[in-house]
Amino acid sequence: MFFNSIVGLDTIPPGRKARVVRIEGGRGLIGRLARLGIVPGAEVEVISRAPVGGPVLIEVDGARVALGRGVARKVVVTPLA
Amino acid sequence: MLRIALVGQPNSGKSTLFNAIAGYRAVASNFPGTTVELLRGKALVGGKAAEVVDLPGTYSLRAGDPAEEVARDYLLSGEVDVVVDVVDASLLGRSLELTLELCELGLPMVVCLNMMDEARRKGIRIDPEKLEEILGVPVVETVAVRGLGLKDLLAAIPRARVPVPPRYSADVERHLDELSRRIADAITGGVPARYLAVLVLSGDPLPPGVELPVAEAEVERARREILRDRGEEPALVIASERHALALRIFEEVARVTHAERSLRDRVDSLLMHRILGYPILFLALLGLFFGVFKIGSILEGYLLPPLEAITGWVEGAIPGPIGLVLSGALQGLWAGIGIVLPYLLPFLFFLALLEDVGYLPRIGFLLDGLMHRLGLHGKSVIPFLLGYGCSVPAVLATRILEDERDRLVTGALAVMVPCAARTVVIFGLVGRYVGPWIAFSLYLLNIIVIGVAGRLLRRYLPGMGPGLIMEIPPYRLPAPRTVLLKVWLRLRGFITVAWPTLIAASAFFSLLEVLGWTGVLNTLLLPITWPLGLPAAVGVPLVFGILRKELSLIMLGQALGTVDFGTALSGAAMVVFTVFVIFYVPCLATVAALWRELGRRRTLLVVAGTVGVAMTVGLVVRFLSWLF
Repeated sequence: MFFNSIVGLDTIPPGRKARVVRIEGGRGLIGRLARLGIVPGAEVEVISRAPVGGPVLIEVDGARVALGRGVARKVVVTPLA
Repeated sequence: MLRIALVGQPNSGKSTLFNAIAGYRAVASNFPGTTVELLRGKALVGGKAAEVVDLPGTYSLRAGDPAEEVARDYLLSGEVDVVVDVVDASLLGRSLELTLELCELGLPMVVCLNMMDEARRKGIRIDPEKLEEILGVPVVETVAVRGLGLKDLLAAIPRARVPVPPRYSADVERHLDELSRRIADAITGGVPARYLAVLVLSGDPLPPGVELPVAEAEVERARREILRDRGEEPALVIASERHALALRIFEEVARVTHAERSLRDRVDSLLMHRILGYPILFLALLGLFFGVFKIGSILEGYLLPPLEAITGWVEGAIPGPIGLVLSGALQGLWAGIGIVLPYLLPFLFFLALLEDVGYLPRIGFLLDGLMHRLGLHGKSVIPFLLGYGCSVPAVLATRILEDERDRLVTGALAVMVPCAARTVVIFGLVGRYVGPWIAFSLYLLNIIVIGVAGRLLRRYLPGMGPGLIMEIPPYRLPAPRTVLLKVWLRLRGFITVAWPTLIAASAFFSLLEVLGWTGVLNTLLLPITWPLGLPAAVGVPLVFGILRKELSLIMLGQALGTVDFGTALSGAAMVVFTVFVIFYVPCLATVAALWRELGRRRTLLVVAGTVGVAMTVGLVVRFLSWLF
């Protein structure tokens, strides 16, 4: 994975951190993610991924949040070293 | 009277705090979104009575979420004298975002750093004086579950002060200044002009009763300028800046040392394991059902025979119709002690444990993929699981879903989940007379039927909510007091409402029998009972079951003239009867809840749908029983 590359949060493997670049979604989705601290510039860590298209578990601001795979795909991030 | 509003993010311990200072009324759970409406209680503040209002948990005060709009509008209604911002200290960084939003409302405020023990465990050391200095309001530390710091909190309320509103970057501030200067001349209904400026700049709807205080063109110009300069929607710019500001304050007032990798983390990685998580979930649920059945049948074995003996004695002592009606009432009374409580009590206890430990959202995480096949997502699991306790909170819990279609589908399916009352029928009839494994397989059958119904609904109600976004709270050791309180609050519902209904209905049934009217009802229900191969006498119990599901079992005893169902019904008939009871018309209380949440038309559709499902599944089970 290239440093500085821009990918969906769903592709980040467990144990890696990433910084949110933007949310590809409507106002509703942006608002709901923002409530949990998932805003551009926020740092998130992927904790685990459920099998077969299940959700991604991330940590943001010290809280754990489950994001459905489809939602995670819309969170565009840049992987951190 | 002083009016105090408790505001905080979901799962920050607001309900626990409310219970601790204002008397027990709120049901606290370890998952977000438990409080769905305003709860009011009384507390003594500085020797004087004050009203305490528990608002629904809100991550923010932004528009777009019904609960958050309720909270915001209430805070701006002019009714609130003091805001107590309840903060989960272990999530201070994120929680400060809401705190900053509250700082803009211009209301006297106190910050309550709750769950300090959890913060310490996470290695977060907070300097409350520093936070007090930055926000300009009193900051109090508490551990509400253990009752620590509550006196300090109450003592701080009279010292509440209007906080310093957060400052954004220079260009945003310039626009806010300009807008709020214009607004100051207009009527704001007591809402600070600066906050209105933030709202109009973000494009959020204004609180009711407040009209746009500036020219629309002016707002548009400001919004366009920000969009041009920053390349982002103003709402997003403000949210991001607030987020950054919250983190900066967090870094200033808190020091994060070693976060101990605790036993809880290890347990969590096992329970949420991508493969092992599933068998563990299955075993946990299996254990729950067998635990309840075992405890229930032991208690029932001790309780029921002596009570039955009393009924027999009364019938012998007072002959004639009065004795019959009296023994009917007694049977309702005994049914409460002897049949319902033995299963209800352990069931509510285990469910409360699961809730407070925080396992429910994890089940939601594990089953998200599966729920997608029903056109739903993992958050719907929570109403489903609550449905095993009672359908009413299950229907209310559909509010945690953001999408209207999701709420409808989840509500319609969740009322088919066997609640504790139906569990009583399953265990008391099938479990006891046919066998525990058959009883357990009814739960599996129920899940399959709900799955099929979900697939069908998905065909007729296409589309899909935006997907799972759910906070997973940390595991918490359930506080015995909270668990027992929750069991008691739910049990009280049974004792004060359901039990009297049982007794009255049971006596009423005896009266009907004395008058010879049961035959009419039974004949009317023949189109249901006859195809299912059930004796006509079960018609009346099914009607009573609509009042309360337990009644169908209790009335069955009355209708058949014995509580030893084994002698009056075949095993197959008992299974078919139970299957019908599980699915047909949710009880009256649930119908009322559905009505409120979904409206009349959809409620009637759900009710009709459940009768159709009950009939279909009942017939299938009947024909299957011929094979064995």
